Amino acid sequence: MSLDKEKIKHVAKLARISLDEAKVNSLTKDLNSIFKFIEQLNELNTDKIEPLTSILNESLRSRKDQISDGKIREKILKNSPQKNEEFFVVPKVVE
Amino acid sequence: MSDLTNKNLKEIVENIKLKKISSLDLTQAYIKNIEGAKKLNTFVTTTFDQALEKAKQFDQKPNYDQILPGIPLAVKDLFCTENVKTTAGSNILNNFVPSYESTVTKNLWDSGAFLLGKLNCDEFAMGSSNETSFFGNVINPIGDQLVPGGSSGGSSSALAANLTPATIGTDTGGSIRQPASFTGTVGLKPTYGLCSRWGIVAFASSLDQAGPMTKTVTDCAIMLEAMSGFDEKDSTSIDKKKEFYSKNLKDNIKGLKIGIPKEYRVDNMPKEIDELWEKGKKILKNLGAQLIDISLPHTKYALPTYYIVAPAEASSNLARYDGVRYGYRSQKSKDLIDMYENTRSEGFGDEVKRRILIGTYVLSSGYYDAYYLKAQKVRQLIKKDFDNNFTKVDAILTPSTPSSAFKIGEKTNDPVSMYLNDIFTVPVNLAGLPALSLPAGVDKQGYPLGLQLIGKPLDEQKILNIGYAFEKNCSFKNKINKWWL
Repeated sequence: MSLDKEKIKHVAKLARISLDEAKVNSLTKDLNSIFKFIEQLNELNTDKIEPLTSILNESLRSRKDQISDGKIREKILKNSPQKNEEFFVVPKVVE
Repeated sequence: MSDLTNKNLKEIVENIKLKKISSLDLTQAYIKNIEGAKKLNTFVTTTFDQALEKAKQFDQKPNYDQILPGIPLAVKDLFCTENVKTTAGSNILNNFVPSYESTVTKNLWDSGAFLLGKLNCDEFAMGSSNETSFFGNVINPIGDQLVPGGSSGGSSSALAANLTPATIGTDTGGSIRQPASFTGTVGLKPTYGLCSRWGIVAFASSLDQAGPMTKTVTDCAIMLEAMSGFDEKDSTSIDKKKEFYSKNLKDNIKGLKIGIPKEYRVDNMPKEIDELWEKGKKILKNLGAQLIDISLPHTKYALPTYYIVAPAEASSNLARYDGVRYGYRSQKSKDLIDMYENTRSEGFGDEVKRRILIGTYVLSSGYYDAYYLKAQKVRQLIKKDFDNNFTKVDAILTPSTPSSAFKIGEKTNDPVSMYLNDIFTVPVNLAGLPALSLPAGVDKQGYPLGLQLIGKPLDEQKILNIGYAFEKNCSFKNKINKWWL
């Protein structure tokens, strides 16, 4: 398998990362060499193997559905690049 | 007063307890060292004023019952620290000031320690040489052209250069053990779930674990005791009784069975690494341990598996950096989508972009089964290899890395050659096991080399004991001539 430039551009779009042409070229080269390395896995027959989804033997605990904190709007907004008193501000989405 | 910063953590704690030194004098000694070592580029942020204030408070009202009484500590800049900038080595978090404290650092402060500053690391802990940090390379105190390893490179370098008495890092594929090996220090990756992940900037959540980096095995036990423990805020935290690793350290390892996996003798492995491994085996054998040849047949597939699983999880975890709620936001955007794309393009460095794209691709429609599901199946096989052998042996001995520290720039153009650094450390993360890297010798250039002890899940005490016995009989001494002064 090989990843062409169009595929890289498509994946970058999915990942919401803009790339210029030079970056597309270098990433195409890098990712192809990485995938060549990754594809060693195809040597293994894994048809009858259960996928490992958790390395912990126990299942996840549940907790009571209770509020444990809150009233921290100011703290949450503190790091926002653009905000007003109550909200995060983003470029206009709806005309 | 002789320079206490040359000493290990245990000795420093003893000196504090015997009132031979005040916390303030100790803190000032470290600040002096840090200011003289700017060339190493280990710190992203220093918190000297705050540290001096805490030291004074300790001296006025000392509590000597704590395990880290009045001890200043610098930590990897991946741990969120309340009201202290936390960058993860990335431009995208360059201005991020958390309003909360990570559980692991809170545990350290509750044990009597306080923060000296935040240590440089590879961007989002993605790297093996600390060269992917937005804040520049960290230099290894062993030599002025050498990388300190990564991703916890600021931590390993600061520790070896006496800029902090001990430190903590995180290890997703070797990020504690490889830098420990490159700097002649001790590093432990605990069992997955032993230390809380809450408040640590996430890279790959099923692999990430925080752990101690120290000058000695005893120090490592002290730090692990302080930082570990159940945390209900981490859904994968293991609920178990607190252990007292340092008090329970024993150097009698007679009769323990040590596995020697043949698959770790890889092609083109330098002769020195092989000799180091032989030396390690001999030391353990002389101490009465029994060496047993074992096989971990899927070892060679660990690294390719890791490079599917880790980027897949990273691409999902790093989706949160969108320029809306915190972190960097690009100013040159005409609409929302444009803002996301420019923010992420300008905010992330090359290695992070590479891994996000790998992860996005292996999870994308039509490729999931071929890559991600396949990797999860191989991960199962790798874990089974360990499970099968841990019915026969108590621990496994391997080299920590396939080479000593390399030169800055030597491997930056070839990502796969960089990834191969972690060939001996990655299987442990995939299987969720604890592993300890111990300084064990030097190569012909005099650069340190490490050996790794891998344990059963939650068997930290046993590998610490073996390490403790090993350390006493290995006569390794780190030679650092402070060339940066």
